[in-house]
Amino acid sequence: MASHLPPGSSAQSHQLETAGTVSDTHYAGPKGLMRWLLTTNHKEIGTLYLLFSLSMFFIGGLFAMVVRAELFQPGLQLIQPEFFNQMTTMHGLIMVFGAVMPAFVGLANWMIPLQIGAPDMALPRLNNFSFWLLPVAFTMLLATLFMPGGAPNFGWTFYAPLSTTYAPPSTTFFIFSLHMAGISSILGAINIIATILNLRTPGMRMMDMPLFVWTWLITAFLLIAVMPVLAGVITMMLLDIHFGTSFFNAAGGGDPVLFQHLFWFFGHPEVYIMILPAFGIVSVILPTFARKPLFGYASMVYATAAIAILSFLVWAHHMFVVGLPLAAELFFMYSTMLISVPTGVKVFNWITTLFRGSLTFEPPMLFALAFVVLFTIGGFSGLMLAISPADFQYHDTYFVVAHFHYVLVPGAVFAIMAAVYYWLPKWTGHYPHLRLSQWHFWLSVIGVNLTFFPMHFAGLAGMPRRIPDYALQFADFNMVTSIGGFLFGLSQLLFVLVVVLCIRGGNKAPAKAWEGAEDLEWTVASPAPLHTFETPPDFTPHRH
Amino acid sequence: MSGGSYYVPASSKWPILACIGLGAMMLGTGLVLVYGRAGMPVMLVGLAGIVLVMALWFRDVVLESRQGLYDNQMDRSFRWGMGWFIFSEVMFFAAFFGTLFYVRTFALPWLDGEGAKGVAALLWPDFNASWPLLEPPGDNVQGPSATLSPWHLPLVNTLILVGSSITLTVAHEGLKEGHRRVVRHWLGLTVLLGICFIAIQGVEYREAYLHYGITLQAGIYGATFFLLTGFHGAHVIIGSVILMVMLVRVYRGHFAPDNQFGFEAAAWYWHFVDVVWIGLFLFVYVF
Ligand SMILES: [Cu+2]
Repeated sequence: MASHLPPGSSAQSHQLETAGTVSDTHYAGPKGLMRWLLTTNHKEIGTLYLLFSLSMFFIGGLFAMVVRAELFQPGLQLIQPEFFNQMTTMHGLIMVFGAVMPAFVGLANWMIPLQIGAPDMALPRLNNFSFWLLPVAFTMLLATLFMPGGAPNFGWTFYAPLSTTYAPPSTTFFIFSLHMAGISSILGAINIIATILNLRTPGMRMMDMPLFVWTWLITAFLLIAVMPVLAGVITMMLLDIHFGTSFFNAAGGGDPVLFQHLFWFFGHPEVYIMILPAFGIVSVILPTFARKPLFGYASMVYATAAIAILSFLVWAHHMFVVGLPLAAELFFMYSTMLISVPTGVKVFNWITTLFRGSLTFEPPMLFALAFVVLFTIGGFSGLMLAISPADFQYHDTYFVVAHFHYVLVPGAVFAIMAAVYYWLPKWTGHYPHLRLSQWHFWLSVIGVNLTFFPMHFAGLAGMPRRIPDYALQFADFNMVTSIGGFLFGLSQLLFVLVVVLCIRGGNKAPAKAWEGAEDLEWTVASPAPLHTFETPPDFTPHRH
Repeated sequence: MSGGSYYVPASSKWPILACIGLGAMMLGTGLVLVYGRAGMPVMLVGLAGIVLVMALWFRDVVLESRQGLYDNQMDRSFRWGMGWFIFSEVMFFAAFFGTLFYVRTFALPWLDGEGAKGVAALLWPDFNASWPLLEPPGDNVQGPSATLSPWHLPLVNTLILVGSSITLTVAHEGLKEGHRRVVRHWLGLTVLLGICFIAIQGVEYREAYLHYGITLQAGIYGATFFLLTGFHGAHVIIGSVILMVMLVRVYRGHFAPDNQFGFEAAAWYWHFVDVVWIGLFLFVYVF
């Protein structure tokens, strides 16, 4: 790796000399556990988010392993259907709200201040509150497994009346845990918006921001817009369960379908909340390792904004078979297909960024490239599902499971891993172990495709989702899927090994850890000192 | 971006204590709802904890502001923060208004057999859609006997709340020009109007329950009525508490023409609550 320092670094070293004069009071913080409980430092909070997300990733993964073990063969082998339903439900909830979302918030905490030249997040104490709500919320959610009647068992989409009239008693605690996770998300998003809009170093205009910052700005807007709707709908569930209201009960004049409208008004933007920051990460990593500026920076920004706006107009594509009027079927079909236009712009720009670049294939680049290919597969199956008449066949089959796992695992999760490999040198001062990282990558890629590709076929052949047992003709596909699942799950232990080794040692990384990296975070030392940019750094916009 | 150096607040014990308080309150409420009174102590301790911690946390912020630790940049961060927080509240109410519109425009007519989706009418062939829905389809749901007239207490409350927005604006203008007496009187009047609103809402709820049979259990009309007015009422209570805090701060000589964001944020919140009420008055009571 070349270690010459980019232009901004002279300002940085000057700033480090003068840092002591800024403030001495907040250096002498509490020690030990209290340091982490009370911290207002964006890097420490970012680390907490990432560690929390990793542990949830393994807990949610464990539930998935239970599901795959049961589905390894037809017939009921290991667990009862009631427990199977709890496992699929908890797997989804933990992965969406506990693993993927906090991972992106953790990355935002660590990297947004570094990428825009800010000393910290705009509202650091609120930041601490946002994080520590999560362990409280998810302890409550996991505790439902041990409650009478078991954990929530109605799927991560918790459709009423399955989640109201027919739900286990633990549903109430599920609702409260989701309220806390929601508060955490909203406050985190407010903090991110305030940071980006208000704390950029002088001279950095909006259109100079790295795309990771841009995509997070738009994601934060989505979070603030839809998490309150989720809060509203679970509040209505609570009222239906305990106070005799009839929001989702037709006997009182309500409508169970109303639940689905409200849920998916939240739910569809939610899937973009989980993918837009991934777009940003890939848009930062590809130019670095192609040693070319990102192709079509402005169009990337506009495409992201277009996707975000369209995401409010497509929710009922999840409800094509619920009995919508024809006009609604058509509207939501076309509006959904429209999203493939800005998404296509993005994929086109990524590929064009690679075109004639001098590519190298370091671990972050491997994951980013796999993202582009595999996410696009998930995008195409999404397009198939968007075709309303075709969806009548695909609906609630494993084809849907295949689709959203392609966009979430080799999509969102691979982007998170790409980001971790990309920024580990900045966080720890060491490069991750190359061989082990490559093993982790290849095993993950093979595992992921072995797991999720056969699901397409099983789904097209009519295998329904959320069942513990299945007809014999699906046996082969399911066995392959389970083997792939175990492979993918086990290879994530390698990931933990790589991260632990990287924290403890490894090849030393310079400030600018990757030759082609351009953004401001590469102007501060590796590992990044606890406090950075206490005075705004100089910034010269580079070629977009 | 003035000055060149940023202000970064020191670490604080309030956030983590607030998490514990909120967690205890949520857990306690869940225990009360599912297992009965046994959860009451946890809920109350949690509630007291969160209220206390919020008070102390805001106290620290006020003290820091008084010490002049906050620069213009911090002020802007607070403004963005409060603005987006109010936007999140708007979306919270949007979900409830959406519920009301969906039920009235789609769900009930379909139950009555209207349109292509009218097969739902097979469930209750005798059902007739109407709004306000006095006779819910199911035999086990008892609808309200009558509905509240919008031109009685709700109209009074509308005038009160709109009036309070005006008095608050007068107080705010007074603050900007440094007339502390004007601020004290008009802000005090605003708080008084807020309290009147809550009291009248209480009277109306009593009437609804005792004389009109409008209850949470009275089908979708009662459900949406209490959902919308209830969450709005809760916001008026919170807003009144915030304004009371501002009144105390004014009496203590806080705020200056160029340092008054706390007051402004409270005013934004109050106006937001007012606007929501206009929506409620129109779509819950009048139309
Ligand atoms: Cu969707």
